[in-house]
Parts: sequence; structure tokens; C-alpha cells
Amino acid sequence: MNPNVAIMAQPVSDRPPFPVRAARPIVEVRSVSKTYAGGIEALSGISLEFPEGRLTTLLGPSGCGKTTLLKIIAGLIPASGGQVLVDGREVTGPGPERAFVFQDFALMPWASVIRNVAFGLELRGVAHSEREAIAERHIARVGLKGFEQKYPHELSGGMRQRVGLARALAVDAKVVLMDEPFSAVDEQTRRKFQEELLELVANEGKSFIFVTHSIEEAVYVSDRIALLSRRPSRVSAIIEPQIQRGGDPEKIRRDSAYLDVVEAIWQQLRHYLD
Amino acid sequence: MQISELAPALPALRKAPAQRWRDLLIHPLVLRLVSFAAVLALWEYAGRIPLSPAFPTFLETLGGLGAIMADGTLFKAFLITLHPLVIGLTASIFCGVALGVLMGLHEPSEWLFAPIFVIAQAAPLAALIPILTFAYGIGLTAKVMTVCIMAMPVIVLNTLGAVRNTPKSLLEMGSSFLATRSQNIRLIILPAASPMIFAGLRLGCAAAFIGVILAELLITPTGIGDVISYNQSVADYPKMYAAILAIIVFSVLFIELLERIEVTLFRPEVRR
Repeated sequence: MNPNVAIMAQPVSDRPPFPVRAARPIVEVRSVSKTYAGGIEALSGISLEFPEGRLTTLLGPSGCGKTTLLKIIAGLIPASGGQVLVDGREVTGPGPERAFVFQDFALMPWASVIRNVAFGLELRGVAHSEREAIAERHIARVGLKGFEQKYPHELSGGMRQRVGLARALAVDAKVVLMDEPFSAVDEQTRRKFQEELLELVANEGKSFIFVTHSIEEAVYVSDRIALLSRRPSRVSAIIEPQIQRGGDPEKIRRDSAYLDVVEAIWQQLRHYLD
Repeated sequence: MQISELAPALPALRKAPAQRWRDLLIHPLVLRLVSFAAVLALWEYAGRIPLSPAFPTFLETLGGLGAIMADGTLFKAFLITLHPLVIGLTASIFCGVALGVLMGLHEPSEWLFAPIFVIAQAAPLAALIPILTFAYGIGLTAKVMTVCIMAMPVIVLNTLGAVRNTPKSLLEMGSSFLATRSQNIRLIILPAASPMIFAGLRLGCAAAFIGVILAELLITPTGIGDVISYNQSVADYPKMYAAILAIIVFSVLFIELLERIEVTLFRPEVRR
């Protein structure tokens, strides 16, 4: 077995403790299942734990229910069975401790960048000047200083997703849920985003749950990867890429540990394609 | 400036006038004027063939327009026509948008009201006018009702569609950031729906103008409808067409004004 990859078979409960960076779970998913109207079974008894302060990725083939699971955690759609605990409390709907970053950005075209970023605070009744000050800080944080008064249609796709990210950061949630956030931006922007995401995870002290279908992206950004099988979805493996981060980001992409994990996941996923 | 610097600049200078002409020709305003001019020229030509003795040329019509404007007929007629138009249109806009939003947000009320408006939109209005006069007489009420029947369905159905078509991801965004029901409606659904609601209002206004003229021609001749039917009966065709032209121009300007109001008040992202 490759020493750079820790692959744990189900059940999750008897896995070994985390090697170095053990953390308590901030989000617990307990045998969650989801059957859509019409009898399509999307998730079948999924159990997962998401460690605090880390980035955990849900990875799997298209249509495997990754986004469904993420939206159940967000409280946007109800589960058909099982329960989700966030910070020890059961999820019954969206909550202030979770913020969502949307695949299609979900920006309001009629609102300026600063109003979009401050929107979560506006909904919570934070006073105008206060929320604009907070929004300004987060706009600068994602590198959009000077674009506060622009409108979404004046921005590129990558910049729009930065607005979506700033909006999620502005409400200061403990858990940031990201639904394929970089799939609608070009490859160069995507790589830049991945590097910035690592920096966010390292500095913000928040927990991130990330959905992607890109193996490379998952391995590059994740502390932990939950590999989901095809519908009805189960957790087929949990992988912890032990990659030395920091230093030259380009070096990571050529690093043998990185490449080995990518290869190992590909071997796991390829039989779903037949 | 040295000659060596001038040389590369020369071809650009030579090209400039031709380029400027081309830019001018495809300028939106110029193209619009060309479009108007073409239609008016065709009108003038058709009048001169002549197509029919009852079809005046454009210039004769302008003469007629001058005449009815000079003796004050047109102005008085407009005041009379505007009366049922303004009442009917105001009622249609407020009731129509309110009803459309209600139907968009609340499905049972859609099932209750939508069939009425679908039928009203499909029904031939001229055939309904005898019923309207039977119910409301031949006065102002019947004309206001005609305007409403023409304008309201398109406003209601557009508003309903607009509210229903709120992007799903914006609704999810609202609920994930903890919007209450009323915040959701005020801050997300209505702003997202406003472009399509205004498109419905513009169509509704155009329909209201059709409705009011139809009412004035078919119920009792008043206002512009009176100017049209009177001049038709005395065979003063230039004046008759002048009245038709005047109401068309007025209607177009009014709809244009509505669009300006929309952009100024509700569409900051278009304004920049």
C-alpha cells in the first residue's frame, strides 16, 4: 500500500485516529438517505464525519448525489432518513453557523458587489454602515478591492465567484459549504482559486465542505476526501492525502505524494465508468 | 513632430473619413430614422399611386394633422380619450400586478384566477362589447371596462410568469442566508421579477390604447374615436388618418416613457 495515502474502508467508526491533526467533528452525518419523489434513491444510508477546521471534500462521479448531500447538510432540502448534526445540534433547516457558496454564483444581478456581499448581513438586520464595513473587508480579502460599486454583469466568472465567496465569509459562519464552486470558471482562475482556498483554510479557522468531480482538485485542496459511489450513493472510501503544503504551489502538483493519491483515487473510481 | 513619426500616422488619417461615415451609418439613431423614413416614403408613394381614393398621402395627412391641431379638435379629443384610458390603465396596472404576484406566490389562487385571464386574453373583444354595453351602458364605465379587459390579462399573466420564473438558485441563496418569507418576496422575488413585470406593463399599455380606441369606435364615438369616425363619414381622409397617426405616436411615446421610468427607478445595473 502506498505510504502517502491513508485509505480507510467502511465502517468509518473503527478507523484509526487521525495521524497528526486530530480534530473533533463539526458536522456529523448519520445514516442519511434521500429518496426523491418518483422513487429515485439518491443517497442510501450515508454516515460521515467532518473534522473541525479542515477542508473535507465530497468526491464522486457525476450525478452521484454529492450536491444532494451538501444541500441536506445546508438544510436546503430535507433528508428522507437519518440525521445531520452541526456543532452537536440537529439540522432542521438553514442556520447561521453554515454559509453556502453556489456553483452558479447566485448573485443578484440588480445589486452591486457590496450589496451582494453584505446581503447575508442585510437579511439578519445588521445596520447599513456596519454591514458595509464588514463587506468591504471581505471584498478586499478576496481581492476585489475597487469593485465594490460594480454590478455582477460587469465582472468575469472568476470575479463573480469571489463575490459569492466573500458573501459566505461575511456572515462569519463556522462551516462553509461549497458546491462545485470552481466548475464554472476557467482553468487558470481555477488553479489560483485552489491556492487561495488552501490559504483560507489555513488562516480563517473555519471548516469547509467542498463538492467537486475533479480528482486533481480534490487531492490538491483537501485534508480529507470522502469518495462517494454511484447512485444510490454510499461512502466507498475515505482518503486523507498526506501532502506537505506550503511553499511553491506548482511543486505540489508535481509532488509524488500528490500524484500517487490522484492515481489511487482514479483506480477506485474507474470501475464506476464501466 | 518628425517626419518619421508622421509616416505611420498617415494611413490612419486617410482612412478616417470613410470610417467615420461607416460609424455614422450604423449608429442606432441613424438606423432608426432610416427605418421611419422608409415607412413614411412607402406611405407617400402608396398614397400617390393612388392605392385608394380613401388613402391619403403622408404629406396630405400631415396637412390634416396641422388642421385638427390648429382648431383645437385634437387636443380636446385627446383629453376625452385619456379619461377612460387613464382610469382603466391605472386600475389594470395596480390590480394586475397585485393579482399576478399573489397568483405567483400562492398556487390555489392561480388555479382560481388564471383561467379567467387566459380566457379574457383569448376572447375577441369586439364580440364582447355588446355584452359590456348591456351590463354597463354606453358611458365611461363600459369604456373603462374595455380598457381593463384588454390590458389586464397580459399584465397579470406576465407578472405571474415573472414571479414563477425567479431563478431557483437565488431562492436557495435567500433561504440559506436565512431570509424570512417577507424578505424573500421583497428583496429577491420582486426585484428578480421586475424586468418581466415591466415587459408585461408595456404590452398592457399597448393593449389599453387598442382597447380605448375600439371602445370609442364601437360603443359611442367620443374623443379620438369620434375624430376618426366623423372624418371618415364626411370623407375627410387626411384628418381621419391624422387622428390615427396621432394616437399611434402618442402610444409609442407613452410606452417609451414607461421604459425610461423602469430603468431609472428599478434597474440600476442597466443604467450604468
